[in-house]
Amino acid sequence: MTAVLTAPETFVKTKRGKRSVLVGMSLVIVTLVIFCALFQQFVTPYSAGTQDLNNTLAGPSLSHLLGTDDLGRDVFSRIIVGARSALIGPAIIAFGAMLIGTLLGLTAGYRGGWYQTLVMRWVDLMFAVPQLLIAIVVVGVLQGSYWEAVLVLIVLTAPADTRLLRGATVAQRNLPYVEALRVVGVPSRRILAGHVWPTLMPLTVAQTFLNFATSIVTLASLSFLGLGVAPGAADWGRMLAEGRDLVVVNPWAAIGPGLAIALTAASMNIVGDWLLERLSSRGRARA
Amino acid sequence: MDVRVVGIFIARRLLGLAVLLLIISFLVFSLIYLAPGNLVDVLLGLGEKTPEVVAAIRQQYHLDQPFFVQYLIWLGNALHFDFGRSIMLNQPVTAAIAARMAITLFISVYGFVVAVVAGLVLGTAAALKRNTAVDRGAVGIAIVGVSAPSFATGLILLWVFAIQLGWFPVIGTGEADFGDRFWHLTLPALALGITGTALMTKMTRAALIESLEQDYINFARSRGVGPLRTLFVYGLRNSLIPIVTAAGLVIATTLTGSVLIEQVFSLQGIGSLLISSINNKDIPVVQGTTMLIAVLVVVVNLLVDLCYFVIDPRTRMKGALA
Repeated sequence: MTAVLTAPETFVKTKRGKRSVLVGMSLVIVTLVIFCALFQQFVTPYSAGTQDLNNTLAGPSLSHLLGTDDLGRDVFSRIIVGARSALIGPAIIAFGAMLIGTLLGLTAGYRGGWYQTLVMRWVDLMFAVPQLLIAIVVVGVLQGSYWEAVLVLIVLTAPADTRLLRGATVAQRNLPYVEALRVVGVPSRRILAGHVWPTLMPLTVAQTFLNFATSIVTLASLSFLGLGVAPGAADWGRMLAEGRDLVVVNPWAAIGPGLAIALTAASMNIVGDWLLERLSSRGRARA
Repeated sequence: MDVRVVGIFIARRLLGLAVLLLIISFLVFSLIYLAPGNLVDVLLGLGEKTPEVVAAIRQQYHLDQPFFVQYLIWLGNALHFDFGRSIMLNQPVTAAIAARMAITLFISVYGFVVAVVAGLVLGTAAALKRNTAVDRGAVGIAIVGVSAPSFATGLILLWVFAIQLGWFPVIGTGEADFGDRFWHLTLPALALGITGTALMTKMTRAALIESLEQDYINFARSRGVGPLRTLFVYGLRNSLIPIVTAAGLVIATTLTGSVLIEQVFSLQGIGSLLISSINNKDIPVVQGTTMLIAVLVVVVNLLVDLCYFVIDPRTRMKGALA
C-alpha cells in the first residue's frame, strides 16, 4: 500500500485559463448532452418507446438519422433520451462521493491520530480491491436497480476523494492562516467549514468533474452487462448490449450509443482537467 | 543492512496481504446473504425444490450453524480450492473455472503487453517531442483511451476490422495452436489494452518529462553521452517507479476489464462465466470467480511493491519506514 505516484499532470495545457479548441469543443458537447437530458421530449423526433414493426433494423435515412433497432425504435431518439440516465446517476455519484470524501478527508487530515489511521486504512483497503469487479458482483447478486448501482458506486468512489482531501488538508493544517485562527480560539469545526474547506473548493470542484466522467463509463459498463438498468430501457450501455448482436444489420444501433458514451466521458474529462488547472492556479495565488 | 530492511518490509506486506485476503474472503462469503430471497432458494438456484434437496443443501452448506462458523468452514474449503459445486453447470466450481482460465489469461496478458509496449513508445515520443504535433497526438489518444469504455471501443474495433474489413474473425477463439489463437484474440486484446495504453502513455510522459529536466541529464549531455544512452540509462531508468506503478494498474484493469470484453466478443472466459452465473443466480461460481480475480489483482499489487526495491536502491533503505 505504498503507492508511489507522481502528482497528476493535467493533459490540457492552456495559457492561464485560456481555452483551447479542444476545451471549447468539449464544453459544447457537454452542454449539448445536458440540454438533451433536460429537454429530451422537445428534441427527439420520435418517442423512445415507439415501435415501428414494419420498419425494423433500417439503416440510416432522413426519417431515421441512425436507423432503427430490432423493434423499429428510432436509434437517434433513444440516444437523446438516454442522455438523462447517462448523466443523472454519475452526477449523483460524483456529488455523493464528494460529500463523503470531504467530510472524512477534512476531519481525518485535520485531526490526525487514530481517527486518521482508521480512515486511511479503510481507503487503502478500498484501493487494494478491484473496484469494477466489486461493483459488478455486488449489484449483480443484489439484482440491484439503477439507484442501488448508484449507491454502490458512491461507496466505491468516495475513497479517492477522501485520500485527495486528506492530503490537501494536511498541507493546509500548519499554514499561517490556520495557525492564526487556532491562536485566536476559533473552534476546529469553524476553521474547517469556514476556512479550510473554501480554500480547497477549487480542487473539490475539479475532482467532482473527473469523478463524473469516470462514473459515466462505470455505470455504462454495469448497464452494458445487464446490471442496474431494466431491459429495454433507453440507456446507452443497455442499447449497446442489445445492439451488439445486430451490429451486422444496423451497426449504428450499437456504435451510436458507444460513441455517445465515449464522447461524453472524454469531454467531461477534458473539462475537468481544464477546471483543475484553472482553479488550482487561482487557489495557489490566494494561499 | 539492506537485506534486513527488505526482509522486514516483505514480512509486513505479506501479513497485510493475508489480512486483506481475509477481509475479501469474508465479503465474498457474505454474498450468499446479500442475494435477495430465502437462502435455500438462493443456493438451489433454478433447481427443483423438494424436501430432500432442501435438507441436503442445509447440510451441505452447514446452514444450521451460526454465520461465523459457516464462514470458517467455507474459508477452510476455499483454502483447498474447493468452492462447492456449480448449480448451473453441475460440476465443481474449480473445474468450471479451470476450463475457462486459459482464454482470460491469454487476452489479459496479451492486452497488458500491448498496453505496455504502446504506452512506453507513445509516452517516450511525447516527452521527447514535447509541445509538438507528436505530443498532442499521443495526449489525444490518451484522453480518448482513458475516457472511452473498453466495451465501446471493442465493439467499434469488431465492426471496423472484423465485419467491414474482414481482417480478423468475428467470433470464436480459434484452434488450440498458438498462432491461430493469437489471430482470433487480437481484437479483444487490443480493446482491453487501449485503456492501459492511455494510462501508460500518461504516466510515462509525465515521469520522463520530469526526469529529463534534472541536472544529471544536462550534465550527461554536456559531457557528450549519446542521446540513446541519455534516454534509456539516465532518463527512463529514473522514471521507472511511476511507470511500474502504472503497469501494475494496467494488469488490474486488463484482468477486470476482461469481464466486459469477453461479453463483447462472446468469449468463454472467466468473465463471461461470472456474468452468466450472476444471471443464473449460481452463487458458488460467483464466489469462486470473484475470489480468483481479486486474489490475482492483490498479488500483482504486492509484486509491484517488491519491484520498487529492484528498481531503486534508495527505497531499500526507506522501505521499512513506509
